[in-house]
Amino acid sequence: MSTATEEPHVPSLTDAPEELHFEVLESRDARRARLSSGVLIVVVGLLLGVLFFSTSGVARFALSDAFAEVQLPTIELPGAPVVAICAVLCLLAGAGFISGRLRNRMPMVAGLVAGIAVVLGFLTWAAAGRDLPFPVANQLAGTVFTATPLIFGALCGVVGERSGVVNVAIEGQFLTAAFAAALTGSITKSIWAALIAAVFAGVLMAALLALFAIKYLVDQVVLGVVINLLASGITGFLFDQLVQPNSRALNSAPTMDPISIPFLADLPFVGPVLFQQTILVYLAIVAVVVVWWLLYRTRWGLRVRAVGEHPKAADTVGISVKRVRWQAVLVAGIFSGLGGAFFTVGSVGVFSKDLTVGNGFIALAAVIMGRWHPVLAASMALFFGFVVQMASQLQTLNTPVPSQFLLMLPYLATIIAVAGLIGRTRAPAADGVAYTK
Amino acid sequence: MSESTTWGDRVRGEVRMRWRDWAITLAAFVLALLVGAILMIVADPQVAGNFNYLLTAPGLALGSAWTKVSTAYSALLMGAVGSPQALAATSAAAAPLICAGLAVGLAFRAGLFNIGAQGQAILGSMAAAWVGFSLPLPPVIHLIVAVLAGLVAGAIWGGIVGWLKATTGAHEVIVTIMMNYIASGLLAWVLTTAAFQRPGRDDPISPEVPSSAAFPQLYEQLHLGFFVALLAAVVVWWVLDRSVIGFSIRAVGANPHAAGTAGMNVGRTTIITMAMAGALAGLAGVQAALGPSVNGVPVPLTEGLVGTVGFDAITVALLGRSKPVGIVLAGLLFGGLSAGGLAMQSVAQTPLTLTLVLQALVVLFVAAPQLVATLVPFLSARKARASLTGADA
Repeated sequence: MSTATEEPHVPSLTDAPEELHFEVLESRDARRARLSSGVLIVVVGLLLGVLFFSTSGVARFALSDAFAEVQLPTIELPGAPVVAICAVLCLLAGAGFISGRLRNRMPMVAGLVAGIAVVLGFLTWAAAGRDLPFPVANQLAGTVFTATPLIFGALCGVVGERSGVVNVAIEGQFLTAAFAAALTGSITKSIWAALIAAVFAGVLMAALLALFAIKYLVDQVVLGVVINLLASGITGFLFDQLVQPNSRALNSAPTMDPISIPFLADLPFVGPVLFQQTILVYLAIVAVVVVWWLLYRTRWGLRVRAVGEHPKAADTVGISVKRVRWQAVLVAGIFSGLGGAFFTVGSVGVFSKDLTVGNGFIALAAVIMGRWHPVLAASMALFFGFVVQMASQLQTLNTPVPSQFLLMLPYLATIIAVAGLIGRTRAPAADGVAYTK
Repeated sequence: MSESTTWGDRVRGEVRMRWRDWAITLAAFVLALLVGAILMIVADPQVAGNFNYLLTAPGLALGSAWTKVSTAYSALLMGAVGSPQALAATSAAAAPLICAGLAVGLAFRAGLFNIGAQGQAILGSMAAAWVGFSLPLPPVIHLIVAVLAGLVAGAIWGGIVGWLKATTGAHEVIVTIMMNYIASGLLAWVLTTAAFQRPGRDDPISPEVPSSAAFPQLYEQLHLGFFVALLAAVVVWWVLDRSVIGFSIRAVGANPHAAGTAGMNVGRTTIITMAMAGALAGLAGVQAALGPSVNGVPVPLTEGLVGTVGFDAITVALLGRSKPVGIVLAGLLFGGLSAGGLAMQSVAQTPLTLTLVLQALVVLFVAAPQLVATLVPFLSARKARASLTGADA
């Protein structure tokens, strides 16, 4: 760290100066993050090695589903060798991390290799020797679909937290919005009315968060947890008292149909994955771009980021910290509302108690792993969507893994991702700190 | 300023703060009941419908609303404290809440948000129930072993979170929440295995825990577990206020950097705190698994055995301001709410979920004393007078 330690490392400035830089700059935290990633990857590699012994037969991956017009070939991979190769790749990547000799872009490459090897290895093991091929197109289409609320939730988190308000209440916002959408959809039989109601509910819960966090300076994590309980209680109570005795009239919302985008939807493989989705999915993709543009290309976005990083400085130049935070939290509420609508009108149409099962928290994890950046956070949401979808696909394949374990996968993946691969991340400097003059 | 205040002033200030705390809590409770009442009226189509005639027939609307709300709340009150049996039921409901509340509160004191009491309680109930129904041990030893198993299982589940936090910096809120889902998945799975599933049953239910491993019943639903919970509160008080580790817990909670600079091992403290919190939450699970129910025997292990104790515990810890005595009182209050809620559900047909709303609202109001003071003029007036007459109050 100090110049004294730098001295012996500089025999001649001509050979590879970047390498030198890397070594000198690695802090204790970075080292710890690197080692924990390495150990994690090695452990996963060893697990794959164990799975190798229970792999037999050929793993088949269907690129298009049985009803597609253009039939793409089904890829066949020899089970055991592929799993073995994946395990070895993982071990190598992990060893690379632990040795600390990876330079420049190599850690990223090694991480990517390890990630692909884990997914491919696990899927090959699961699909090897089964009667049905693993439906790749379904998996990817399902990934985008399942990730939709997570993307909205992550955007909600990003916008709020960039302004300095921690949002642990995404789950509660989802739940309220889902309830409002189901109720309104059932009464009006209109998807659009349901969506508007959901957004309204999301913003209302956001206002509650803003009121207590910004005006009454309540600890934001505590507040988020309490708002979640409140949302669970209110929706649960209204459901028990009002909706359930009358579910035919009050809990039968219409659901969104997939909209095919002309021409694009007919593309083989890509078409069904990206261009035959519901309106909410398209909205989610648009929202990612909109949030990126808002945060990084508008004056308002600059202000939001300023009050999140250094509210005092922002205040000094005449920005009203509280007002900008209010605006950010309310705008974020719109996204959580849309995300909440997914759980009812966006998918099944009926509300049941606590139907969001932790998706709001997974979205929060995506925010942290996406380093509070809208595009990165949305990619993390896609990753979680992939895992959730994989868990449900594998259930239909009759794998030897009990279904309860498959259902745990997304949660396990979240822990592993939060603890291991990403390492320590830096939140906006004033995140979670109430501002008082 | 601190130079000029005398010891007597400080004590008076403290007393006034305490009084204000109590007043705020009481006002928060009243406000929560009011909001709950509004919710009840809105959610009942018949009563809400009467409000269409509010101008023409105000008596009808207000009368039906009053009947609805007063029936529900009096059933709630009677179910909580209306009879010795009700009090015993309250104690039984409070016992797990106190244990889990201590688990959340202890972690709060170290600056950690333990949202994972739910998962830790599930693990505790699993271990205690398993020891109960599968190990043939003599009476007293059986109970002790079962309780210890629950403590250890909870401690491991919580310790994992502390270890992850200490070694990788993973945020404990996310990790504990995910561990909750993993714990319920694990419970769902073990209930399908031969070791846990009751022979001859297809549904996920365990064999019954024999009386040798159950908490002995003292009066109606009041059982030994309640006193174990009180003992746990005393232990937590002792640990926090009188032990070395408690000092580092509070130091780390106040400022981890300063604690680290002062030579305390922040990582180790984090792990120990989370393990202890896990053990306490595990004890809440033990209460659920080994505490005798209305019919005198413990409820067998099922997926919903611990209910939502881990989440209720957060409100208990917040209301109790993370202090053992406060947590016991808050646990009794919410225990009463839950025992009374059952009565309310059966007598007044008002869903039990209303108590969850009341809990969350109470805590929300308590967390924002300024808001309560604005809504209840009496409090702010009192505050103004108190500050005016501060010297001779």
